[in-house]
Amino acid sequence: MSRSADIVAGAEQRLAAAPVPEEFEKGTSLWEDAWHRLQRNRLAMISLFVFSAIVLFCVIGPFLSPYDAEAQDLLKGAQGPSAEHWFGTDTLGRDLMVRTMEGGRISLLVGLIATLVALAIGVVYGATAGYLGGKVDATMMRIVDTLYALPFTIFVILLMVAFGRSLWLIFVAIGAVEWLSMARIVRAGVIGLKKQEFVEAAVSLGYSHTRIIVRHLIPNVLGPVIVIATLTVPAVMLLEAFLSFLGLGVQPPNASWGVLINEGQQNMEIFPWLLMFPAFFFALTLFTLNFLGDGLRDALDPKSAKD
Amino acid sequence: MLKFVLSRFLQGLLVLLAIYALTFVLVALTPGSPFSSERAIRPEILAQIESFYGFDKPPLERFWTSLTNAIQGEFGPSAVYANRSVTDIIGEAFPVSIQLGAISLLVALGIGIPAGILAAVKRNTWLDYLPMSASMVGICLPTFVLGPILVLIFGIILQTLPVSGWFGPEYMILPAATLGLFYAAYFARLTRGGMLEMLNQDFVRTARAKGVPESTIIWKHCLKGGLIPAITYLGPATAGIISGSFVVETIFQIPGLGQWFVQAALNRDDFLILGLTVLFASLIVVMNLLVDIIQVALNPRLKYEK
Repeated sequence: MSRSADIVAGAEQRLAAAPVPEEFEKGTSLWEDAWHRLQRNRLAMISLFVFSAIVLFCVIGPFLSPYDAEAQDLLKGAQGPSAEHWFGTDTLGRDLMVRTMEGGRISLLVGLIATLVALAIGVVYGATAGYLGGKVDATMMRIVDTLYALPFTIFVILLMVAFGRSLWLIFVAIGAVEWLSMARIVRAGVIGLKKQEFVEAAVSLGYSHTRIIVRHLIPNVLGPVIVIATLTVPAVMLLEAFLSFLGLGVQPPNASWGVLINEGQQNMEIFPWLLMFPAFFFALTLFTLNFLGDGLRDALDPKSAKD
Repeated sequence: MLKFVLSRFLQGLLVLLAIYALTFVLVALTPGSPFSSERAIRPEILAQIESFYGFDKPPLERFWTSLTNAIQGEFGPSAVYANRSVTDIIGEAFPVSIQLGAISLLVALGIGIPAGILAAVKRNTWLDYLPMSASMVGICLPTFVLGPILVLIFGIILQTLPVSGWFGPEYMILPAATLGLFYAAYFARLTRGGMLEMLNQDFVRTARAKGVPESTIIWKHCLKGGLIPAITYLGPATAGIISGSFVVETIFQIPGLGQWFVQAALNRDDFLILGLTVLFASLIVVMNLLVDIIQVALNPRLKYEK
């Protein structure tokens, strides 16, 4: 389900072929350059703005709303959108707007933390494989190839069943399956970089492997890593919503967008707004993150042909 | 070639064995047992039930028995539905799922690949922008959002198509569209990327300079290579369609394997979980094997690299 599949292949090739874009040599100006390029990309800037608005809406919204996400008011159950409840209420009379905000908090949190987990595993694994090279690299990447072919969602489901359905497990389980693309990108970058003089210099100065990887190699692959991380967030959120939709993810009284979409689709014949609002926010978030990721790729990796 | 296929086949078998072991361990680690219920069962009866299903044996022995049985195609009884064997359930639900999966994959390829080729050939015209924007929307509409929306539009507002059950061709349209369109979007993007890369090659410029007609360039020179990214994605797409079927079968009330798997996971039906996981994994492994073979056929260079 990873949106990044097509990007990985391309980025890998480019990284291996063109080890050090000139921008990296100019030090800090890389980030300024990238920011300027990003600003010129109108779609990405709109996405950034909309995404920030959604985040603010979800994080700050619940403090401003007069309603509590868990407060039930059965007399006002399943009402359509009104001046009082802008998004309407669900079948138990809970305000849907606050529920959507709180659901968004959980969905975004899963997106953030599971991506960080994936990032940690992927960067360490990929950098080690690329740096050590040879047989170790071949074996480590063979493992990644094999893992790519596995029915991951099934394992995530089994993990959720085996270890109970806590939020922490969701972070780890999803992070543990989404690191593969990250590892490949980092490895390709490191392989390109390690032939460079500055790495040779570091080796001849007698620095340890760990120091070379952490201080010299990883910072230089940050660009592609940020891009792939941005694209991993929607993939992760998708997987969480998938689990929650099946009843195997976030458990009541907590609700993520996946839970709300599931509740909504059960009642959509009579109360379609219960589906529409959470689905709209969820789809919009995925949309903006994907555009932002594409924009960042163009900005940070200008060599990628804009096709 | 034969050697390559054989080595991939053996590798596939190893992967299946690993998946079987991993699933067994995960299921065994799950607290409680399939037989614990709200009602208090007398301990001797529980012990009787557990020994009937072989749960009183040591784990390694259980693993060995279940593995040897599985190799012979026997996955044991369902631990939750009395008197039904896992093989029975699979026999009943598998045809439904395979139909749904095959049609969805056809939808994905049938829409995605032509759209991708068209977009690449008519690059930077509305024939490129339109399908590519549509595919961007498609990628952001996962099955569990698209499905309910289609139900709302075609089932409830227009009332043109049935939205639950599995009784004939008209019942297949919405579920297959829900499952297939998401991957159609992917295939379109991958095909476009692959075709563009081929169209930018030097040999294409040479062919054009020689006056080879554009259609020959597209169909004869570029198609084979241009399809490789899409073909590579067939493996992950199969895996995705299988897990997507969990959602689609729930939304459309289709009596396929996906629903059984989710129920088995929720009910802790150990044997059923194991049987279905192995079945899903085999499908994916077989698909990956096919993909490997097709890839070598399309790109002979790979033969020498491996």
